Amino acid sequence: MITKNQMQIKAEPGRQELFVVREFDAPREKVYRAFTDPKLVVQWLGPKNMTMTIDYYDCTTGGKYRYIHTDPNGNAYGFNGVVHEATEPERVIQTFEFEGMPERGHVVLDSAVFDDLPDGRSKVTIHSVYGSVADRDGMIQSGMEHGMREGFDRLDDLLDNQ
Amino acid sequence: MTVAARRDVFQAIADPTRRNIIGLIAKKPMNLNSIAGEFDISRPAISQHIKILTECGLVIIRQEGRERYCEVQLEPLGAVADWLEPLRELWEHRFGKLDHLLGNMHASYKNKKKKK
Repeated sequence: MITKNQMQIKAEPGRQELFVVREFDAPREKVYRAFTDPKLVVQWLGPKNMTMTIDYYDCTTGGKYRYIHTDPNGNAYGFNGVVHEATEPERVIQTFEFEGMPERGHVVLDSAVFDDLPDGRSKVTIHSVYGSVADRDGMIQSGMEHGMREGFDRLDDLLDNQ
Repeated sequence: MTVAARRDVFQAIADPTRRNIIGLIAKKPMNLNSIAGEFDISRPAISQHIKILTECGLVIIRQEGRERYCEVQLEPLGAVADWLEPLRELWEHRFGKLDHLLGNMHASYKNKKKKK
């Protein structure tokens, strides 16, 4: 299927941040709802071949959230954070922590900005800031552990090659 | 025990001078003196950057007569695009579902209006 909604991912080597930018065929009010209403979030945020379960999800300023992705083998991956700011329909700033890390403290600061575009369309810019370059690179790598890509051995070798 | 320095394409392109060197010699192979002449930093510093680039597999040095030419190997740069692929696939999967959901939200909104 050809889509005009091209996605951009920017992650420069040696930096602690990454950007994900995507356009949608819907005004930002609607996209904001899909990002913040747990009944809607659960329908799209889960990775392929995983079941997403919400423990709690209060996406309002000062709120908190926790959800779990479960793979077909029953392995569960928990994620949680607090919401620093949720300003409908323009911005959400929240922390994000993967509970499977060997120790606590690897917290990510995520900002999602929702901009309107002409013709009832909109754009979402997600900016994630990690505690270290290693944290960011490790997160990108972790996608592979979840089986989202075949032939990842080559990449694994590359990143481990120190 | 010493920790080996990281030597891969990511290390190679992490430094702006090394990115400029790659850009310069990608057009045509050059010897060390000509490369150093294009930068405001010392020849030994440029030499060190070239050494790292060769260790990272992005540059090979070819001897031609008395001259040693630096030549770019672009294949390893493919790893940079590959590196982001898992993340790209994750978000493409999510946004594909989100597109679908937004479409349905349109539909249910219209249905509600019709009922009124």
